[in-house]
Amino acid sequence: MLQIKRIFLVTLLLPSLSISQEADIQAGKNLFNANCAACHKLNKKAVGPALSGVTEKYDKDWLYSWIRKGSQMIKDGDPQAVAIWEEYNRAVMTNYPQFSNEQIDNILAYTNFTPPAPVNAALTSTETVSQGSNVSLNIILVVSILIFAILIVMLFLVQRTLIKIANASGVKLESEPKKNITPLWETVIKNQFLIFIMVIGLLLSSAYFTYGYLMQIGIDQGYAPIQPIHYSHKIHAGANQIECKYCHSSARVSKHSGIPALNVCMNCHEYIADYNGEEDLENGYTRDFYTNEIKKLYSAVGWDEENQVYTGNTKPVKWVRIHNLPDFVYFNHAQHAQVAKIECQTCHGPVEEMEIMYQYSPLTMGWCIDCHRESNVDKDNEYYQKVHNELSKKYGVEKLTVAQLGGIECAKCHY
Amino acid sequence: MEELNVLNVITRTMQNKKLYWKGIEQLDTDSTIVEGLENNEFVEKLPVNSNDEKNSSRRDFLKYVGFSSAAAALVGCEGPVIKSVPYVVQPEQIIPGVANYYATTIADGNDFSSILVKTREGRPIKIESNKDASTFGDANARVHASVLSLYDSNRVQGPKISGEYTDWQTLINLVRVNLDNFSKDDKKVVLLTQTYPSPSSKEIISEFLDAYPNISHVTYDTISNSSTLDAFENIYGLRAMADYDFSKAENIISIDADFLSDWQGGGYSSGYTKTRIPDKSQNKTMSYHIQFESNMSLTGSNADDRVPAKPSDLKKIVARLYTKLTGNGEDKGSLNPSIDRYVDSCIDKIMKSPKKSVVISGIDDVDVQELILLINSSLKSEVININNPRLIKEGDNKKLNKFITDLESGSLSGVITSGVNPLYSLPNSDKLKESFKSLDFSLVFSEKEDETAKSAMYIAATNNYLESWGDYELKKGSFFLAQPTIRPLFDTIQFQDFLLKILNSDLSFYDRIKSNWQNRILRGKTWGKSLQDGYYNDFSSLNLKAKKTRVSVSSLYEENSNEFSLVLYSKTGIGDGSQSSNPWLQEFPDPISRVTWDNYLTVSAVDAKKLNLNNYNVSNGALNGSYATISTEKSQLKVPVLIQPGQAEGTVGLAYGYGKTEGMNDVMKVGVNAYSLYHNFSNIQSVKIVKSEGDHEFACIQLHNTMMGRDEIIKETDIDTYNSKEKSYWNPTVLVSKNHIETKVTSKEVDIWREFDRSTGHHFNLAIDLNACNGCGACVIACHAENNVPVVGKEEVRKSRDMHWLRIDRYFSSEDTFEGDVKAKDETSGYSEYRATQTKLEKAAANPKVVFQPVMCQHCNHAPCETVCPVAATSHGRQGQNQMAYNRCVGTRYCANNCPYKVRRFNWFSYAENDEFDYNLNNDLGRMVLNPDVNVRGRGVMEKCSLCIQMTQKTILDAKKDGRRVRDGEFQTACSNACSDGAIVFGDINDKESKISKSNKNDRAYRLLESIGTKPNVLYQVKIRNSKKV
Repeated sequence: MLQIKRIFLVTLLLPSLSISQEADIQAGKNLFNANCAACHKLNKKAVGPALSGVTEKYDKDWLYSWIRKGSQMIKDGDPQAVAIWEEYNRAVMTNYPQFSNEQIDNILAYTNFTPPAPVNAALTSTETVSQGSNVSLNIILVVSILIFAILIVMLFLVQRTLIKIANASGVKLESEPKKNITPLWETVIKNQFLIFIMVIGLLLSSAYFTYGYLMQIGIDQGYAPIQPIHYSHKIHAGANQIECKYCHSSARVSKHSGIPALNVCMNCHEYIADYNGEEDLENGYTRDFYTNEIKKLYSAVGWDEENQVYTGNTKPVKWVRIHNLPDFVYFNHAQHAQVAKIECQTCHGPVEEMEIMYQYSPLTMGWCIDCHRESNVDKDNEYYQKVHNELSKKYGVEKLTVAQLGGIECAKCHY
Repeated sequence: MEELNVLNVITRTMQNKKLYWKGIEQLDTDSTIVEGLENNEFVEKLPVNSNDEKNSSRRDFLKYVGFSSAAAALVGCEGPVIKSVPYVVQPEQIIPGVANYYATTIADGNDFSSILVKTREGRPIKIESNKDASTFGDANARVHASVLSLYDSNRVQGPKISGEYTDWQTLINLVRVNLDNFSKDDKKVVLLTQTYPSPSSKEIISEFLDAYPNISHVTYDTISNSSTLDAFENIYGLRAMADYDFSKAENIISIDADFLSDWQGGGYSSGYTKTRIPDKSQNKTMSYHIQFESNMSLTGSNADDRVPAKPSDLKKIVARLYTKLTGNGEDKGSLNPSIDRYVDSCIDKIMKSPKKSVVISGIDDVDVQELILLINSSLKSEVININNPRLIKEGDNKKLNKFITDLESGSLSGVITSGVNPLYSLPNSDKLKESFKSLDFSLVFSEKEDETAKSAMYIAATNNYLESWGDYELKKGSFFLAQPTIRPLFDTIQFQDFLLKILNSDLSFYDRIKSNWQNRILRGKTWGKSLQDGYYNDFSSLNLKAKKTRVSVSSLYEENSNEFSLVLYSKTGIGDGSQSSNPWLQEFPDPISRVTWDNYLTVSAVDAKKLNLNNYNVSNGALNGSYATISTEKSQLKVPVLIQPGQAEGTVGLAYGYGKTEGMNDVMKVGVNAYSLYHNFSNIQSVKIVKSEGDHEFACIQLHNTMMGRDEIIKETDIDTYNSKEKSYWNPTVLVSKNHIETKVTSKEVDIWREFDRSTGHHFNLAIDLNACNGCGACVIACHAENNVPVVGKEEVRKSRDMHWLRIDRYFSSEDTFEGDVKAKDETSGYSEYRATQTKLEKAAANPKVVFQPVMCQHCNHAPCETVCPVAATSHGRQGQNQMAYNRCVGTRYCANNCPYKVRRFNWFSYAENDEFDYNLNNDLGRMVLNPDVNVRGRGVMEKCSLCIQMTQKTILDAKKDGRRVRDGEFQTACSNACSDGAIVFGDINDKESKISKSNKNDRAYRLLESIGTKPNVLYQVKIRNSKKV
C-alpha cells in the first residue's frame, strides 16, 4: 500500500511544479536541459562526466564552488578540480556564477532522481501485432479462396446429382423455348459502323494508355529507397526545425545541394547520443530504434562514445541517391535556392513531414518548363535590373517570367 | 518574295586580292578530291548498302527488333540504384560543384610556365595561364595538355625492384646500402638529371653530393642549349641565356630562332604580339619581323618577310650582320644575292633605330651565339636583357659526352637518373642500353616505365608535377612556387624527398622550400601570399660586363656541302617528347603541316621532285606520302616524307619526340625517333636521302573542312595600304546584287530573314585578330579540356572524322600579288570556272606567306543549320549562341551539310568507354580529367562549339549571386582564356564599353562569308603585314 502510494506520489509530482520536495526535481530537469545537457548525460560519459550520483562523489560545497567558478579552482590548483580537468581532455567547464544554491540543489536532485523503469513492452507487442496481422491476412486470403473453390465444386456436384435424380425419377426438364431473336453479339457484328467506332475507340484508348505508360518510364516520383541509416527529416527539419541549408549548405553556392559530410552531423550528435523525442510506435520507430541509428552514425564517423574521441576508423556512408537527373541536364541549386529564393519545399515537397525521404516532384522537363513559364524573376537583384526594365517595357508586362528572359532555351540546361 | 528570288550573290574583290590555298593538292586542277572536300562533308559516299557480304537479312532485322525492344522494355522496368558517398570530414575549401584554383609552376625541362590549375572535387581538370605573373605567364599547348598526363594509365604506381613492386622503405634501405658501399670503395656513380632551376633542389642535391663524394652530377637537357650557354659564359662569365622583351622591339631579325614556340624556353609570344597590332586611330604602328630559316617554323610563318636558307647560309648571315653592324671581322661576301638583299635591307632598318632592334638566332653554335650577343651589345639593344638572364637550362655537352664515354667504357658503377630518359633521347641509345643494363646499380626516377626505367634495376616512381612541391628561379630575380593540386594518385615520392630520406633528414622537401623562402628569398611578401600567387619577383638584377668584344667570324664561312642539311626541330604539339603519350597532343594538328599523330621529313617541292618523293591524296581525301631513308655517318632512319612549302632547298626537317616504344599504349607509338640522328647534340646534320619502298599513311587534316573557295575567308593587306587608304579599299563591305542593283550585304533589304531585337540582355561575340594569332594552338587544347572533346585516333582522322571544335586553318599564298590575277578572277563566273582560274594562276610557291585562322562555330544569327534540323535540336539563344541539344539530336547530319563553315562534328562512335578508342576516355583514370559541367556526347550525335556556354552561364550566375552586373572581361571562353596573345577576345556587345564592342567597331573587323548573309557572331580582324617589296 505504501509502495503504491509512493509511486502514485511520484507520478503525480513529476508533472506538477507546485509541490516541492526538498529540492524541485522538475525545476532541476529544466535547468539541466537548458544548461548542462549539451555536455553531460545522466548515466553516461559525454564531453563531461556522467552526473548521476555526482553528489556521492563530491562534497556539496565543493560542487557549488565548482559549478560557479570551476576555472578559478583549476587555476588555484584544487586537486579534485585539476584531476577532473585532466581526465576530460582539459576541457574547461562553462562557469555558472549566476546559479543560486537552491538552483544547484535542484539540478543535483534531478541528477540523483531515478525515474521509474520505462515500459518496454510496447515495442515487442506492436511488432508481433503487425507481423501477426500480415500473416493472418495472407492466410485468410488463401483460406477464403479455398472455401470458394470448394463451394463452387460442391454446387456443381449438387447440380449434377439433382439432374441425375430428376432423370432417374423421370422428371422432364424443360428447356426454355428458343425465341427467334438475334443475339446481341450478332447484332453488333452486323453493324459495321459500330465496329468501326469501337475499333477506333479501342485504338485510341490503348494508344492513350500506352503513351501514359511510356511517359512514366524513368520518372521516379515517389521513389523512397531504404537508406543505410534511417535518417528522419521529420525529426530534424520538422520537430527540431533545423534549417535545410544548415546541412545542405552548398545549395547556396553550388550546383549540388550536397549530402552533408558526416562531420556536419557530428556538430550536434557529438552531444546527442540518444533519441528522446516522440515515438511512432505504429511504424516501429521507437526511441531505441532511433538511438540505434545514431549509433550507426557513430560507427560510420568513427566516434568512440565511451572515450569521447574519434578513432579515425571511418566507414563512409553509401546513401542511395533519390533525385537523379540525366547527365545531359544541368541543374544548379544556387540559381534556384539562392538567386531565385525558392523554398526547398517547392520542389522537394513537405520534407519536414517526411519520415522517409522520397522524390516529391516528377523532375520531368515539362515540370521544369511549367515553372519557368510561371515564375517571375527577382527584379531587385541588380543583375536583372537593366534587362528587366528593357524587356518588361518591350513585352508590356509588369513582371517578367523566367521564360521571357530566355529561361526555356535548350542550352540553358543542356550542354 | 518575288524579288528575292532574283537575289544573286556575287562577290566583290579587294584591289589587292590574293589567292589562298591550304595544300598543294588544292592547286591541282584535275583533283576531284579537293572539289569533293569543298562541296561535301566527306569525299566518299557513306558505305550504306555497299557491303554485299554483310547484307542483313529480314531475319536479322527481326532479331534486332526483338532484341532491342526487349532491351528497351527491361531498361524501362527498373532504373539503376545510384549511390552517393559524401565526405566523412569535408575539407573546408572544397564544396562539391565549385571549382578551386591553385597557382603552381611547370618546369619539366622543356616547358616553363606559371599556371593556374582548376580543380573540381579535388581533381585537377584544366590548366590556365597565370596572367598575373609578369614573366613565364603564358601557357602553351603542351602545358595546357599536361593535366591529361597526370591521369596517364601507364604511370608507374609504386617503387619497383627488378620489375617487381616493392615498398619505399625497402627501396630506400637498398639504395642507401648500395651508395654507402660505393662510397666506401670510391666507385664512380653519376647522378644524371634534367636542369633543376630550383634553389631548394640545388641545395638538396649539393648536400647529397657532399655526403657521397664519389657521385658526380651531370645535367642533361634533352634538347641541348649547351653552346648558347657556353657563348654567354664566354662573353659574360655566367652559364645562362639572355632574356628578351620583344614588346620593346621595332625590328626583329631572327636567324632560325623559333621564338614563338620553344626557342630558349619559349614564352616570348605575348611580348611579340604587343608590337604586332597596328591601330591607325591611335597612331600605333607595328614592328618589322624578318625570319631567315631552313624549316618552315611557327615563327617564320608569322614573319613579315621570311627568307628560306640553308644552315650554312644562316651562319654567313650572322657573320655578315656582325661585320656590317659592328665593323669588326672581315666580310667574305659569298651569300646568295637573293638572300643578300634581305640582309642589306635589315641592316638599313636596324641602323634607323638600333636600340629598338634585336638580332637573335636559334643555331646552337658557340660562334654564332657569341656574335649575336656582341651584335646586340653593340646596338645597345633594349630588347635583350643580359642582367636578368634565364636560368632554365644548364646542360653541358662536355660533361654529358664524358658521361657517355664513361658509361660505354664501363668505368661507372652506378647511374641515377631523374627527369630524363637518356636511353630514348641519346643518339646512340641502342648501344648504351647494354652498358646501362650491365651497371652494378641503376636507379631511375620516373613517372613511367620508359626506355630507361625498363632497363633499370630500381624504379623510384615519382610524382607528376601536379602532385609535387617545387620552387624555381627561372630568371634572375623571378621566383616561382609549385604546389600539389592533388594527393599523389599512386604510391609515389618526389625525387627531392627521396634524397632527403637517403640523407636521413627529418624535414620534407616542403619544409625545406618554406624555410628557404622565408629565410632567404622573400622580402616583404609572406609565404602564404607567394604560394597563393605562385610567383615572387625580387627585382634584383646582375651587373654583367662583356669580357670580350671581338670574335673571329671566319669559321662561319665554311663551304656549302652537296649533302642535304637535316634540321631537327621540336614540334608545337609534342615538343621534346616527354608528353608523347598524351592523346590530346598526338591528335593536335601541327600548325604548319596540319598533320596529326606523326613526325615526318619535311622536304621542299624542288628536292622532292629531284629525289622522286611524292605526296598524294587517296580517294577518301587522306594524304599518303613516300618513305625516304636518311643516313648520316653513324646512323640511318626510314622516315615518311611530307612536301612542305617554304622548306629551304637543300634542307630537310624532322621533329623530335616521336618513336617512343616504352611506357605508352600501342596506339600511341607513332613516328620515328629523331634523337637517333642528334649526333653531338647538334640539330643540324649532314645527311644523304634515298627514296624507300612503300607509302606512309598520314592523318593530315589540311584539306578537311575546306570552305568553298570564296574570297572573304582571309582578308589581308600591308601596313602602307592600311595606313594610307580608306577601309573601303582594303576591307570593303561585301556587295550583293538585288534586282541587279549592287547593295551592301549589311543592309536590311537584302535580308530574307526576320530580324530579332538583340539589344537587350547579353549578346555574345567573339573576335579573332588575325594579326595577333600566331597559330600556337593553346586554344585548341584548352577547348579539348573544357568541353570533353574526344580523341578519335589516327584512322578516324584520316577519314575526316576529327572532332576538334576549334581548328586553326592555315592558308598559304604567294609572296607577291599580280594585278592581272585580280582582273582574271573578276571576270570568272561560277564555281568551276573560278577554280580553274585559281589553279591556273597560282603556282605552289616555294616560299609562301602564311595566315592562321582559328575557326569554330560562327554562331550565325541567321544560322543555316538551325532551319534544316528536323527535330529542332539546334536552335538559337537570345544571347547569340547557336545551341546544340545533344539529347534531342537524332543524327540526320543535315545541319553539318548545310553549314557553310564546316564546323559541326559528328560522333560516329561512342568515344568514351569503347575499347576501339583506347585513349583517355577508355579508363577510369583518364576520365578523371572530364569537366563535370559538360556532357560527354554519345554515338550518333552532332556536336560543335557552344561558345563555352557553361562558362558564360557560370559568370552570369556568379553575378546574380552577388547581385551585381557582369564586369567587362569576366565573360570568357576556354579559347579566349587560353590565348595569352589577346588574339581571341570574347564578350558582350550590348555592353558598349566592353573590349569586344571596340573590336566590333574596329576598321579591320569582317565576318566570314559575309555575302551569304548568315550574320555570324564571330568576327575576324584583317591581317596586316609590315612587308614592303624589297
